[in-house]
Amino acid sequence: MERIDDFEHRRKHLKELPEEDLEKRFWELLEQVVDPLVDLARTHTTPSVERSVLLRMGFSSLEADSIVKHVIDHHLIAKGAGHVVYRVAREENLDIRTAGLRLGAGELWDKAGDIFFGTDTNSDQR
Amino acid sequence: MDTIQPDKKLDIEKILEDLEHYRPRRRHWTWRKSSDTHGGGNKEGFFEYFETSEDLKNSVPLPAAHYFNNIDPQPLPSITTEIASGRFEDDIRRMRMAAWHGADHLMVIRTAGQSHMEGLIEGTPQGVGGVPITRKQVRAQRKALDMIEDEVGRPINYHSYVSGVSGPEIAVMFAEEGVNGVHQDPQYNVLYRNINMVRSFVDAAEAKRIISWAGMAQIDGAHNANATARQAWKVMPELMVQHGINSMFSVKTGVKKGNICLSTVPPTAPPAPALRMDLPYAVALRELFKGFRMRAQQNTKYMTSSTREATVTHTLNLLISELTSADIQSTITPDEGRNVPWHIYNIEGTDTAKQAFAGLDGLKEMVEIKRDGGKLAAEVRELKERAVLFLEEILEAGGYFNAVEAGFFIDSGKYPERNGDGIARKIDGGVGAGTVYKRDPDYMAPVTAHFGYNNTGPYMDNTGLGSEDEPSSLIGGCTFEKPEKIIFIDELDEEDNVHVRLEKTAELRHTSKIIPEMEWQGDGIVQTTMFFPADRRTAFYAAVEAGKKMGLKDVEVIHTEVMHPSEGTRVEIKGRVDFSIDTSTLDIPPEPEILSEDEIRTFVKNRPVKIVAGTVGNDEHSVGLREILDIKHGGIEGFGIECSYLGTSVPLEKLVDAAIELDADAILISTIISHDDIHYKNMKKLNDICVEKGVRDRFLLVAGGTQVTPELAVSQGIDAGFGRGTKGIEVATFLVKSLQERNGNHDC
Repeated sequence: MERIDDFEHRRKHLKELPEEDLEKRFWELLEQVVDPLVDLARTHTTPSVERSVLLRMGFSSLEADSIVKHVIDHHLIAKGAGHVVYRVAREENLDIRTAGLRLGAGELWDKAGDIFFGTDTNSDQR
Repeated sequence: MDTIQPDKKLDIEKILEDLEHYRPRRRHWTWRKSSDTHGGGNKEGFFEYFETSEDLKNSVPLPAAHYFNNIDPQPLPSITTEIASGRFEDDIRRMRMAAWHGADHLMVIRTAGQSHMEGLIEGTPQGVGGVPITRKQVRAQRKALDMIEDEVGRPINYHSYVSGVSGPEIAVMFAEEGVNGVHQDPQYNVLYRNINMVRSFVDAAEAKRIISWAGMAQIDGAHNANATARQAWKVMPELMVQHGINSMFSVKTGVKKGNICLSTVPPTAPPAPALRMDLPYAVALRELFKGFRMRAQQNTKYMTSSTREATVTHTLNLLISELTSADIQSTITPDEGRNVPWHIYNIEGTDTAKQAFAGLDGLKEMVEIKRDGGKLAAEVRELKERAVLFLEEILEAGGYFNAVEAGFFIDSGKYPERNGDGIARKIDGGVGAGTVYKRDPDYMAPVTAHFGYNNTGPYMDNTGLGSEDEPSSLIGGCTFEKPEKIIFIDELDEEDNVHVRLEKTAELRHTSKIIPEMEWQGDGIVQTTMFFPADRRTAFYAAVEAGKKMGLKDVEVIHTEVMHPSEGTRVEIKGRVDFSIDTSTLDIPPEPEILSEDEIRTFVKNRPVKIVAGTVGNDEHSVGLREILDIKHGGIEGFGIECSYLGTSVPLEKLVDAAIELDADAILISTIISHDDIHYKNMKKLNDICVEKGVRDRFLLVAGGTQVTPELAVSQGIDAGFGRGTKGIEVATFLVKSLQERNGNHDC
């Protein structure tokens, strides 16, 4: 878009505002701009967010990468990659690292599907 | 932990040993502490300072400090230098040098392309235009910095980037490894790296939550708008909006205001009337963002290959920092317009900041910005209004994502002016598009510092285990509580790693061989400045040829500057030498012994010493000689030596006659002018006159001057010569020792 500088015209409603109020307005508007972005982040996740969770759970970057790829392939990322590892470990009576390494190697995914989608539901049909 | 000694080089190989078990001391950022604890100023040498921080235990003061008892006042803002040559192992040595000159914020630029890589890089591959940021590289540098901060006696903040498509993971690794400061701004991803905007903001929230947990300082990316826009001074309203979006998003994701730093650049540079434009902006920004931190970046938009010009712009930028405020003062190396920064220019940039702040200390006590009326007040108001209007239009457009799609940002018009050249991105486009997933109601992540919805409820037991506040208790603590859970990867590439690189330069660390270097150990790069009495183009090619004839390889012109279109051009070249110097074969004369002030005074008290002195020939330069003589400059008068100063342009005959008449012990001549070796001729003549008059044995003959080489002076028949940088105590030591010897002879 091209537009000449129409500042004088646009500013009419700001002209009489005390500078303090102008600053307040700046921050109020920012809040309105930013709030939807914060909500979006609160309710969504990404491969990087999930890998960062796995790093904190004690996996290396390579291990985390592999686990998250499988999590996405099995449509489980909305549950949380860390969650999947945690639940599989618990159900299978494994420690967290062993469960994660096995999941990263492509094992135990049927189990994971059962846990999160129930025995009758194949993740692909969901 | 290993300690280091000022007179010993860092042992890089040793730093790399046993990294697997190294743990950092802390995570959080450390601000400098004011040394003016009682509000009455801080005494350093002859002076009081009002804006300094605590002194360093070990440091290299400014070159002129020797006139002022070698004081090294440290400014209040943290001083940044950016070090990233592509080989982190060489950067460690540069970091140590920078720390000694006063830098306490060491930033590592990432290698080109890292922001588009999913996942962490591991090992220690070589970088391009920066360093591949990996756990091993970070840990090694942090370990070295822990030693270096003990050596200089001030905490060093280590810094790199949390951007790209792996921000959250990098943030985790940084928190684990003791990185203290980061760049984090999702807008940077969107606008400059074409990373999908939705992905960028979701990632950023997680990264910021981690940054906040670790207490790191966070710097935004708004300064890039300044460097990208065609007319950088026009983007000021947008800069405020960009700062605002990242600041508000950071606050809402948990970062403390006091750790949120605005990366702000004075938008213009001379020959623009820079301060008149930059100052109102600086004032407006600091008012609007009260309570946040200012990271004052240097203008790079208008940087050329002239290091002199870059230094002046930097200095004007520093004046703005002084007149307004800066919590972190960034420095850009003055050679950035010609090459990837060299060792010496990191030090120059750091020293420029230190020098300017020392020179400007306490200025605000005497000088005030005319805030409440006139041009500045009007412009401050106008900028704020334009920023508010920008935000109003973002909301009218339907919010941030729509505004980006419509090309609102990096438009070169001064908002609300629009030139239609903004950077537009698609909400479903860019790197990482389609990789954002909505969390299910049973989404859960059993770790600390996780942002957003986290349904640990089903796993919580009645002891509070797994409560929302401590999700990581579900797994017995995550790496943030239990660093022993961190998995350290050493190397993944057998060829491209630090050990292979170090092997190639081992000789330069373990033998007496050295090679000149600018970036990397053994790179052999040297720089030469020359003037050709020719036009620019001729001078350019003549300089390349000259470099080759000097024996340099890979000669490149790095700077030309016209002195006159036909009379001449200044040219700077760089090239590579392919030899090494074996320091064990050098004939290095021992440092002259200097007597203590007390020893000299005691001698003079018991055996009064008299001298006559003057500048000789047609030489009116008296500053150097006055410094050797005057008590107020630490000259020889101060030791009780009786000085008869006969003035400037004194005939040699007159000096000798005066010495005879006053029964002096020595004649001191000063001679700056060196055309046609006139200075050495005068020395010879002085000797000849004394011999003719039969008084040569009675007097010590001493000559000094900036162009005097001691050995050549003595070869003219006089007793001693002193060159550039000589201090009074050195001359006094010579006089006393010579007289002691004579007395000794008499006693025999």
